[in-house]
Amino acid sequence: MELSGGEIVIQSLKDEGVEYVFGYPGGCVLHIYDAIFRQEDVKHVLVRHEQGATHAADGYARASGKPGVVLVTSGPGATNAVTGIATAYMDSIPMVVITGQVPKAVIGSDAFQEVDTIGITRPCVKHNFLVKNVGDIAETMKKAFYLATSGRPGPVIVDIPKDITDPNIKVPYEYPAEISMRSYTPPVSGDIGQIIEAVKLIKEAKRPVIYSGGGVVLGEGSAELRELCRALNFPVTQTLMGLGAFPGTDPQFIGMLGMHGTYEANMAMHNSDLIIAIGARFDDRVTGKVDEFCPHAKIIHIDVDPASIAKIIEVDVAIVGQVKPILLDMLAQIKHLDETFDRARIADWWLQIDQWRATDCMAYDTTTGTIKPQYVIEQLYKVTGGEAYLTSDVGQHQMFAAQFYPFDEPRRWINSGGLGTMGFGLPAAMGVKFAHPDADVACVTGEGSIQMCLQELSTMLQYDTPVKVINLNNGYLGMVRQWQEFSYDSRYSHSYLEALPDFKKLAEAYGHVGMTIKKKEDVEPALREAFAMKNRTVFLDFLTDTKENVYPMIAAGKAHHDMMMGPSSKYKRNEP
Amino acid sequence: MSRQHIISMLLENESGALSRVAGLFSARAYNIESLTVAATIDPSLSRLTVVTVGSDKVIEQIKKQLDKLVDVVKLIDLSESFSLERELVLLKVKKSDATEQKISDLGADSMACITDETDGFLIIEVSGEKTWLDDFLLTLGDDIVEVVRSGVIGLSRGERTLTL
Repeated sequence: MELSGGEIVIQSLKDEGVEYVFGYPGGCVLHIYDAIFRQEDVKHVLVRHEQGATHAADGYARASGKPGVVLVTSGPGATNAVTGIATAYMDSIPMVVITGQVPKAVIGSDAFQEVDTIGITRPCVKHNFLVKNVGDIAETMKKAFYLATSGRPGPVIVDIPKDITDPNIKVPYEYPAEISMRSYTPPVSGDIGQIIEAVKLIKEAKRPVIYSGGGVVLGEGSAELRELCRALNFPVTQTLMGLGAFPGTDPQFIGMLGMHGTYEANMAMHNSDLIIAIGARFDDRVTGKVDEFCPHAKIIHIDVDPASIAKIIEVDVAIVGQVKPILLDMLAQIKHLDETFDRARIADWWLQIDQWRATDCMAYDTTTGTIKPQYVIEQLYKVTGGEAYLTSDVGQHQMFAAQFYPFDEPRRWINSGGLGTMGFGLPAAMGVKFAHPDADVACVTGEGSIQMCLQELSTMLQYDTPVKVINLNNGYLGMVRQWQEFSYDSRYSHSYLEALPDFKKLAEAYGHVGMTIKKKEDVEPALREAFAMKNRTVFLDFLTDTKENVYPMIAAGKAHHDMMMGPSSKYKRNEP
Repeated sequence: MSRQHIISMLLENESGALSRVAGLFSARAYNIESLTVAATIDPSLSRLTVVTVGSDKVIEQIKKQLDKLVDVVKLIDLSESFSLERELVLLKVKKSDATEQKISDLGADSMACITDETDGFLIIEVSGEKTWLDDFLLTLGDDIVEVVRSGVIGLSRGERTLTL
């Protein structure tokens, strides 16, 4: 089969089993777009801004486990995509981004819409390629998908100069069935000696904590994690990125850890004698003050990326490899121990944790008439039966969603944890809807974040991807305002959003349903009404309490046991 | 405690491979004391040698992060083995009896040699270990008009190699 470069790009996607491409055309990708026009297998989704394309592909990838695919033009097309690429990079999301480039002959001449895409994206991709010959496109595409989806996943860019997609130049096409690269060998199973060492520590632990992260979700290790946790009866905490790998409603789950984690999770970490970190990278929002991180604990660290090991925290046993086979090997070793494994050994530890739990650290004032953001999330949970896919933007609403919507399944909670990208939520929700057309999808956002990628409401109408937008509108950049209250004597420098649009009318202008909810008693009925409209995108603008804070909180630079507790919690200073 | 390390690696001979390595050092705030790169006998590979300084923990991270780069095929920490290191220096001095005497005194045990003499200026070529060269340059001090250093390269001694 002889194909042109443009056709090879699309045929490669087809052979890779790609269903959707999120993109935006422009001069340097017109040949590729013409190839899209002449086939029907790979469906193209025309976004309204390239940032939206990357976040939508990202949301699709997070919800489905399949790589997200983006197609944008050179210059501004590529630069607009950078925020979304960096977002995916920080959270290790598999993504292949095809960028047009100016013709080879004019590269370096400051040609129209020319930018050094390879140079600009180099620090925020797993790898990138500039393809120089039409005959190299197929193999490069194969490499891109292989790199993006194997080992520690991440975004890969394929930058393609316009001249090599010329429809008049055809070359024989064959998509490689397999690819190997001498410079890249992702780890598979873990070292059995290390696994045995880990199990020895597990056997001796009196105050253990399982600290599970996004790697368990990405590595499809949720079932094995559940089995391990239940076999051991150890308390389980999860990072923001790991929520759902272990069920959020399970009594063994002690809540999220870190800056806005629960009191019980952070106190358990601080007092633990064994931390089992699985697919987690000891992010600064998790560790707090590194010097005082888990001062009494031995640490086991399981990760697919050797560079994650001992990057922030020195560990006692490191196991490098894919989470699933490692957990299976670990389970096999633990089963060997069955006769001597003593579950009663940690009974006192559970008693202690239950005391911490009794502080009810996330309690908020339920007596006021104003709409508390936490209340909205609780009602959202109730109305969706805890079954929805939730995307979020970044800020207070993100933390409230993570705290008050317990996820029982992996891939249901989709947020920008590493980069913290405002504007992520709405296009990501659209991407989720492409992956799961029949599922309830909600985007929890705020009036600040939603305005950063609002234009995708238009795409959502065009492609009929109904999402419920839960706008927790407090008129402030809430998290900024909270930090200014705590650290800057309430000098609210530029955190108040004036001249906000009427979101109801705005949603209607985009052809969707808009609702404004001003009273607490209207919250649940509004949500029920919105979710009953299965085929409509509904924008619910909740006018919430303007000064609510996210509690508990570990201030930057503080340790796990040094938490600020909310006024409604039962925490007393003289408690242990 | 910070220590100097010489890390040598085989890179895919692709455009942009060097910038990935250099970019990694700047992005993660690692030090580069010197960096030198050239093709090997195998035209698909180039060999890059970087001299860096850091605590054991930082050096470990540098090596892991380098290894993670897709274009890095293989790397070795020459400081961890019995190795030979060399750096080439070219320096220009104004010709005078005093400087010539100084160079010939130093040259006796250093293999420094006068490689060029043009318009009353000498170019001296000298190679050796980095610390030895530092001392050599200090001795000449103000006599030096211009100096260029190649950056350190090295090989493990004996059987150990960095090859595919």
